[in-house]
Amino acid sequence: MFSRTLVWVPEMSDNFTIAVASGKGGTGKTTIAANLASYLTEAGENVRYLDCDVEEPNGHIFLKANITTVENITVDVPQVDLDKCTACGKCGEICQFGAIVCIKEHVMTFEPLCHSCGGCRRICPADAIGKKPVEIGRISVGKAGKIDFVTGKLRIGNVRTPSLIKQVKKHITDDCISIIDVPPGTSCPVVEAIRGVDFVLLVTEPTPFGLNDLKLAVGLVRQLGLPFAVIINRHGIGDERVEQYCQSEDIDIAMKLPDDRKIAEVYSSGGMIVDLLHQCKKHFAELLDYLECAKEKLNEKRRLRI
Amino acid sequence: MKELVVISGKGGTGKTSIVAAFASLAENAVLADCDVDAADLHLILAPDIKQRNDFIGGKRASVITEKCIGCGKCAQVCNFDAAVFDGPVNDLVRKTYKIDPVACEGCGVCVHFCPADAIEFKDAVNGQWFISDTRFGPMVHAELGIAEENSGKLVSLIRKQAKQIAAQHNKDLIIVDGSPGIGCPVIASITAADLVLVVTEPTVSAQHDLERVIELAGHFKIPTLVCINKYDINRKMAAEIARKIDNRNIAVVGRIPYDTTVTKAQIAGQSIIEYSNNGLSEQIKSLWLAVSERLAGKEVG
Ligand code: SF4
Ligand code: SF4
Ligand code: SF4
Ligand code: SF4
Repeated sequence: MFSRTLVWVPEMSDNFTIAVASGKGGTGKTTIAANLASYLTEAGENVRYLDCDVEEPNGHIFLKANITTVENITVDVPQVDLDKCTACGKCGEICQFGAIVCIKEHVMTFEPLCHSCGGCRRICPADAIGKKPVEIGRISVGKAGKIDFVTGKLRIGNVRTPSLIKQVKKHITDDCISIIDVPPGTSCPVVEAIRGVDFVLLVTEPTPFGLNDLKLAVGLVRQLGLPFAVIINRHGIGDERVEQYCQSEDIDIAMKLPDDRKIAEVYSSGGMIVDLLHQCKKHFAELLDYLECAKEKLNEKRRLRI
Repeated sequence: MKELVVISGKGGTGKTSIVAAFASLAENAVLADCDVDAADLHLILAPDIKQRNDFIGGKRASVITEKCIGCGKCAQVCNFDAAVFDGPVNDLVRKTYKIDPVACEGCGVCVHFCPADAIEFKDAVNGQWFISDTRFGPMVHAELGIAEENSGKLVSLIRKQAKQIAAQHNKDLIIVDGSPGIGCPVIASITAADLVLVVTEPTVSAQHDLERVIELAGHFKIPTLVCINKYDINRKMAAEIARKIDNRNIAVVGRIPYDTTVTKAQIAGQSIIEYSNNGLSEQIKSLWLAVSERLAGKEVG
């Protein structure tokens, strides 16, 4: 365990990326990410909040940002010039996703299946395949008070979640603390969202479902080799098994947020718990102490590497 | 045979607890857990696995180190930054390339363009899927490997298997615990289903997500019903949700109060119906009745 006596020193703010994730949805991950961003800002830090839960971005509900720019995000799919095409069939052979096929004299594309690997374009001997951008979603950038706010939103019916997340993460800079709101689960969008971050906070609930999904999430962050700790939300509603598990696996619990009807009510109407509920501040102060220690460890590692 | 898919948009609204309760109320159903990313239904249904199968969702590249000449072509053609100059030394070069299995999309482009034929392209086992018996009937479920992709494909596979089992055993209903979100797994969960039930709760976040999933179900033209769970944590918002979706001609077929029984039943490994006989069970029974009637083709609301 880290000691909890250190205080947060503002000038250490640069270059630290924290991902707030959860195996299971609805554990309060966004609440914690948004409140952490707000609390850090209050402590004098420069903070950027990046909502990578692009299928259902909810950070804006809590942070109420003023959006200044909106960017359409596109991916490239093949555009076949039928005049140049010799119907050799090579594009269909290389495509692993059935997104382009050559039947007799005719080449057809199925855009929703395309992964934009560019294989067909590279292989085409007749130089008949160009790029066509298709929109997969949008990224909005603005300010929520002093917090730099970035959010992605996937287009309905689109499946290119990881590609959009990658674009949201391009907004990370190394002169501030970045907080990433990660989509729930443990599959490809989550991997994309947490790759390369400095620290992961896994938010869970003390219930059997919460524990099951936490175990999966722990497996994922361990496989990616990322340092992490657990946050137990609604502490008190369930049983002790999550804490027992963390203890037996030697996993730090960075914060326990109690189950409290007041928190649920503030949350339900989109309020910030660190602003409205005094007792929550204490918990977030502890979390900050914890993160400060985690960051110290990282800086030490960085120094050793240089 | 009918297929009911229960989804939630946002997770944590009590979707799986409701599916488990439906499982104990349905007379003749097959259960399918399509929340492959964070499968929880098995914690209540305690399936006895009868058949175990590997799930091969796609392919994956890997460098045969001895053959690599370190030319970097793979990194140049890979659109997913999966080929990295970080492989071990061999007889030819001091450093070779290797493929990051987590980043690899399995597109095969590097395999084709490697001048030394040094990249293998093999089937990737992305997880396992199971056919099981439960106290409420047969169940199809899966475990996606850690950090694996292709969950949409796995969802489609589970639904297909559940349909086959339903046909074999003369079951008239498939109850699917769907995936969260609006991306590829949930699209695979709901396409061509007979009915979608969205479980939501009266919070700004859930309301926001509800609109997105309703839009998605509309996009695929699937009949949709809504159940508001924990409606009493914010009655005003519950009423607002009901009014909003009424404008879209979607019926609210259930209003379930906040009740700690849900968590207690979960801890006991039982469905809400098995665990208690209180008002909550009655509410869920009437929700089930409304859903069954709609599946039978009647208008409800
Ligand atoms: S870009 Fe890749 S996935 Fe898309 S059609 Fe071409 S080969 Fe297929
Ligand atoms: S590879 Fe090029 S020339 Fe060959 S069929 Fe495809 S588009 Fe036509
Ligand atoms: S293209 Fe083939 S030979 Fe060249 S670096 Fe990659 S694996 Fe090695
Ligand atoms: S198979 Fe495709 S994604 Fe994987 S390493 Fe090769 S080029 Fe990159």
